[in-house]
Parts: sequence; structure tokens; C-alpha cells
Amino acid sequence: MSSSAHTAVHHVHRDDYGSRMGMWLFLFTELILFGGLFIVYAVYRFVHQQEFHLAAQELNTVVGLLNTVILLTSSMTAAMAVTAIQKGNVRFAKGLLWVTVLFAGAFMLNKYFEWSAKIHHGIYPGSPDLLAKPEGEILYFGLYYVMTGLHALHVIIGVVFFLFILRQIGQGKVTPTSYVRLENSALYWHLVDLIWIFLFPLFYLIH
Amino acid sequence: MANVAMPADRAEPNYLEVTTNSHKGILGWLLSVDHKRIGLLYLYTMLAFFAVAVGFGFMIRLELLTPGKTVIDAQTYNQFFTLHGIIMIFLFIIPGLPAVFGNFFLPIMLGAKDVIFPRLNLLSWYLFIIGGLIAVSAWLMPGGSADTGWMFYVPYSLRTTTNVVPALLAAFVLGFSSILTGINFITTIHRMRAPGMTFFRMPLFVWSLYATAWVQVLATPIIGITLALVMIERALGVGIFDPSLGGDPVLYQHLFWIYSHPAVYIMILPAMGLVSEVIPVFARRTIFGYKFIAFSSLAIALFGSLVWAHHMFTAGMSDTAMFVFSFLTFFVSIPSAIKVFNWVSTLYKGSIQADPPLLYVLSFIFQFSIGGFTGLMLGALSTNIHLQDTSFVVAHFHYVMFGGTGFGIFAAMHYWFPKMFGRMYNLKVATAAWAVVTVGYNLLYFPLFISGYLGMPRRYYDYLPEFQPYHMVSTVGSWILILGLIVMFWNLWRGMRSGPKAPMNPWGGVTLEWTTQTPPIVENFREVPTVTTGPYDYSRYESAAKEGK
Amino acid sequence: MSEQTHEHGHVVPYGKYVFIWLALIAFTGITVTAAGIGLGNWTIVLALAIASAKSWFVLNYFMHLRYEDAVFKTFIAVAFITFAIFITFTFWDYSFTR
Repeated sequence: MSSSAHTAVHHVHRDDYGSRMGMWLFLFTELILFGGLFIVYAVYRFVHQQEFHLAAQELNTVVGLLNTVILLTSSMTAAMAVTAIQKGNVRFAKGLLWVTVLFAGAFMLNKYFEWSAKIHHGIYPGSPDLLAKPEGEILYFGLYYVMTGLHALHVIIGVVFFLFILRQIGQGKVTPTSYVRLENSALYWHLVDLIWIFLFPLFYLIH
Repeated sequence: MANVAMPADRAEPNYLEVTTNSHKGILGWLLSVDHKRIGLLYLYTMLAFFAVAVGFGFMIRLELLTPGKTVIDAQTYNQFFTLHGIIMIFLFIIPGLPAVFGNFFLPIMLGAKDVIFPRLNLLSWYLFIIGGLIAVSAWLMPGGSADTGWMFYVPYSLRTTTNVVPALLAAFVLGFSSILTGINFITTIHRMRAPGMTFFRMPLFVWSLYATAWVQVLATPIIGITLALVMIERALGVGIFDPSLGGDPVLYQHLFWIYSHPAVYIMILPAMGLVSEVIPVFARRTIFGYKFIAFSSLAIALFGSLVWAHHMFTAGMSDTAMFVFSFLTFFVSIPSAIKVFNWVSTLYKGSIQADPPLLYVLSFIFQFSIGGFTGLMLGALSTNIHLQDTSFVVAHFHYVMFGGTGFGIFAAMHYWFPKMFGRMYNLKVATAAWAVVTVGYNLLYFPLFISGYLGMPRRYYDYLPEFQPYHMVSTVGSWILILGLIVMFWNLWRGMRSGPKAPMNPWGGVTLEWTTQTPPIVENFREVPTVTTGPYDYSRYESAAKEGK
Repeated sequence: MSEQTHEHGHVVPYGKYVFIWLALIAFTGITVTAAGIGLGNWTIVLALAIASAKSWFVLNYFMHLRYEDAVFKTFIAVAFITFAIFITFTFWDYSFTR
């Protein structure tokens, strides 16, 4: 009467589908976490349209575009890593994951330069230069730092996940027949990409 | 439904005696991934926080016995009601039924041996403890505990020199705990139902946990980000909500209530689920309108997400927003009313056993109905203008959260403790305590409707002498209530420690938990049960009762 | 219910991912170009539409949603609808005179 997977009562029942389901649910919470910030952005942009336009001109569209391309590409390599392990190409999978991590590093480097430039020009939360600007611009930059900052934090978390997976592949704990952790890490990474897909036009393409 | 009776001579060690990890003693508890032990960890720590919050409540009511200063100063009063709210809401009522009884009984009711992510479950509890400790830690810091009220409204929360950040951080951590529990429960319900248990053969408590879990997952992140923004704004001076930097305090309120209104449905849905469990058992018949009750849980979760700004009618919103949110608020009452009608219909002409679980449920129905009606009074724009921020609101939400969910928790304890601990408590003492608690509770809160209607503001330390009679009745009510609670808890404690051994099925229930050993073995079931009927099939009650007792 | 526990089953070929990537890059190019044209208030509408299209590709192909059960698709619809409610209902307040 009991299904065959439950015979040994003490061993942990493996459920990859359930594992993925749990991961998707967690991704929803991340979507809505950022969603709250998008709501704040939407309201303030609606109320301060001119000032948002003005403030956005301080941002470098090329750097933003570069970062967009970097993340999209890293998303592709992460997805390919799943295919690689499914096909049994473990070394290729590892290589793709390293490429993904490298791209993430490039993203963070760009971000570092971007923020440094801004801070050097006196535009950072609480700076006298910023506080002298109109309200709408103060709000824009507040949102800029918070949203890209929180996003960058998630990039770091995503990288940590991938490094962890790379180690587990090396230890034989993630294999061509047991790879749901890799899938879940890739899902997380795609979410990081998704958020940036919206951040990019909303901050860099208002002109 | 399969009934796997456990003859006494084949009794296995139960979950209280056996650990799932290799540790003994206290570590066997603190590192346990057994959902039943985790449920008990939540129970003990939650009751400790509850006691602290009751203490604050006692002091608040004592202070309000007379106008002007009675025992504490105004600043302390503000800090007391802030912590009272934070602890009660985030550490007692929201986790309450899901974390204790959901953790313990969800897998058993599904015929499973645990939740799908047991280690995540233990992490949820650790986050609960950490959050709770952070919340009370502010008391020890210079500047003292937050004095903003549990809503942390800006701009005051940005300006006050009291320790707001620990309170915000605590709520953030507790929110994360809630989210992880929600993820665990949704996935468990989808993936671990026993063979034959379709969604429409699940007990209604499970349906309520399912709807609750969705709200936990989708609404909690909003409060997470909102409180994080206030923390960031306090720490770094980022302009988000601060009006002097262009921020909009009403936007804060929107974001706050986008979570906090659905949160009240996180609070009430499991209690309604519990009521749906108890009534069939103590009326000895199947529940009236099972599918309606199941769907109404989902409807409450949905409608409850559409109405948040009814907390903001006096905040300065557009007229359009006020019309829309007030209009939608009336719809939320419909699925709740459906439940109440179905419960009462089940009781009508049933074979009633007036045992303590049912008594608390009857109080629930009475009190929740009052809370619900007064909610409609608050939802109407014209009356809201007069009643907002008066003690009418305080009475309303205590009627639904305490008179509703709180009594639901008490009912759950009286219903399920015999199964969890294997012993019976004294029914007569429990009944007497119930009577004292119900009388004390209503004396405490009902006068607040009247004084609020007459103009007594909420959160005020001082008041005009004309309100004193209501305050005096209310404060005396709080003493009677606390007395009743002490007797209630003492009776349960004594029963669980040294009461007579409980039979497998003391109440004659027919859901799966009543077929397990009392207390349950670690894996809950010796063999995975196969389910062939709906959950409240009393046609077989006779045979189940004879074998069980 | 347990038959699927050990195999995800569907393997997406590398080439398909490259193709999706090209589509994403193309959309990115369009959105940058469109921002340079003075479309006024329509810029944001177009930008969000393109971002949504890109998201559709990422969700369905990179994240395999297209190949998952209806349950997952229902879940994500619920999540999106919930967020949509949160943002649009907030605008009942801001779109009209206060």
C-alpha cells in the first residue's frame, strides 16, 4: 500500500521537484522584496518626473549597458552549465560556472567604478551636494544607491552559491544524476539578472 | 480511512523519548529536525514571550486605571505599548498556530513523516529566537526601547532617539522566519500528501495553513524591504520617506499596510482552520460545506490583499483611493461570514460534547463575530472618521486577534495537548478557567468600544475624567483575565506533567493524527496510511471510537 | 507523484540558449535606441514592455518555466498578479487628487 520510495523509514527521501518548487517560492519573496522598491520608485517618479529626468543624466548609459550585457551573458552561461551537467560534461559545467563567476566579478568591478565616480563627485546619501539638490533628485539618488546596492548584494550571494556548487562538484556531491542544487543556484542567478533587466531602463534610460 | 490501531504491548518509544540526531539531552532538542520537537521548541519559547507581553499589557491597563500618572511615566508607557504590540504580533499571534500546531500536526494530518525541508524548519525556529532576543534587547541599551508604537510610522521613527533599529531588525528577522515556514508548508502540502489524499480530502486546518503560507510568502517581503529602508534611512540619511528630503510618509504607510493587513489574515486563518477541526469532533458530525470553507480560506487570502489602505483613511489619501478601499473592505467579510454560517450549521442538531476545546471555540465564534462587525463599522468611511485612532480600534483588533486567534490557540492547546504529551488535564478546572478567561476578556475589551465611540483616543497616557469608569472596568477585567489565564496554564502544565495517561483518541476525532500513537512515534506512522475518504467521515466513527478507546 | 523525483528530464540544447541570448541582446539594443528617440511619456511604456519581453525569455528558457508543470506556471502567475495588485492599488492614491 505504501509507495515504494518510502520503504526505509529513516533515510531522507529525495525530491528534486519539491526542491525546485521550494526554490521558486523563495524567488517569489526576492521578487516582491525588490518589488517594494519598484513601488517606491514608481510613486516618486510619477510625482517628480522632471527631476528624475534631470538626475538620470548623471548616470553613464554605456556602463549600464555594459553591465546589462555582462549579466545577460552570465545568465546564459549559468543555464548552459545545467545542460552540461545533465549531459555528463562535468568539466564543461565547471568551466561555464567559472565563466559565470568571472562575469559577475566584472559586473561588480564596473559597479565599484561607477559608485566611486559618483562619490568622488559628491553625490552620495547625506552629502551636502546632494542635499542641495531638489527633492526629486535626492529621492532618485537615494533609490539608485539602495536598489543597485541591494542588487549588488544579491550578485555577491549568487557568486557564493556558485562557488559552493563548484566545490560540491569537486567533492562529487553534485553529479550528472544529482544536480538540483546547481539548478537552484542557476535559478537564483537568473533572478539577479531579471532584476537588473528592469533596473537598467528605469535608472539609465530616462531621457 | 485506514485506522492503524496501536496495541499497547507493541508501543514504540515516542518522539519525546527518542532523538533523530545523535545528541542527547538539551542538544537533542536544540539540534532536532523532528517537526514535533520543533513545534514544542516554538511552544515553550512563544509562551515565554507571551508572558512578557501580557506583563506589559497588565502595566498598560494598570497605568490607565486613573487619569494622569498612576504607576509609570509617559515615556515608559509609550515604550510598553510598543513592545507589547511587537511581541504579541510578531512573536505570538503570527507564528502562534502555524509554528506550534502547524509544525506538529501538518505532516501527521497529511500522513507524512515530517515536513519536506526539516533543516529549514529548524532554521525558522532559530530566526524566531534571534528575532525575539533582538526585540527585547533594546531595553538594555541607552535610549531604551522604541517608543514609536509597533507601526514605526515615519517621520517619528526617523527622528526618535530611542532604539528603533533593534525593533526593526527584529521584525525583519522574524519576517524571514515566517517566510521560510510558509515555503516549507506550501511545498510539503503539494509534495507529501499520503496516497489517496487529494486536495479535497485534506483537513480544513491544512487548507487554512496553505492559504496562510501563501500570504506569508507573498506579503512578508514588503514589510521586510520597508523596515530595511527605515533602518537604512536612520543609519545613512538616505532620503526615502523623510519629508524634509522629499519623502512621502503616506507612502511608508502604504508599504507598511500592504503587508500588515494581509498579516492579520496570517493570524486568523489558522485559527479558523482550528475551529473547523474542533466543531465536527464535538458535534459528532461531518462539517457543513467543506468545499465552501476550503475555498473561503483562499478567498480571504486574496481579498485580504486588496484592502490595506482602510488603515489610512485619515492619513491624507485621495478620495478615490478611500472610496475604492472602503468598498473592497466590505467584500472581505463575505468569506469569513460563510465560515461562521457553516460552523453554526454544523453545530445545529449535532451531538454536542461541551468539552474545553469546544468551549474556547464557542467563545471564538462569539468574539470573532463582534470583531468582524466592528471591522465593518471601521471600514465605512463616514464612521471611520470618528472612530479612527480611538480605543474603538483597539477593542476591534483585540476582539479579532485575541478573542479570535488567541482563543483559537487556547482551544488548540486543549484539543491537541493530550496527543502531543500523552496525558489528560483536568476537564472541570479547564472549564472553570475558560469561564473566568471569557468573562475577564470581555470585561477588559468591551468597554473600550464604548469609550472609543465617546472619543477616548488610543495610545494616550492621560485622559479626561469622563472616561475613567470605562478604564476601571477594563482594568479590573484584565486582572480577572490574567487570573483565568494563570489557572488555565497551570491546569495544562499540571496535566501534561502528571495527569492520567491519555487514550489514543480522547475526543473521538477521525483525522489522521488520532490514529497515531499517543504521543506519536518519531516517524508518526508505522506504515504510510492510505486515504480513501474525506477528513470528517463520521459514518465510521463508531468503529474508530471502539478501537481507539 | 514520486516518479519525477530523480530526473528533471528535459535537457535544453546549448544552441537554444545562445539563440535566446541573441534575442535578449537584440531587445537590449532596441530599448537603448528607443530611449534616444524623443518619445515622451511613451518611452517608459516601451521600456517596460521590452523589459517584460526579456523577462519572458529569461523565465521561460533560462529558468525552464516553459518545461515545468502547470503548477509552477500557476504559482508564478499568482506571484505576478499579487505584485501587480500592490503597485496598481497604490496608485489609486497617487493618480488622483489628494
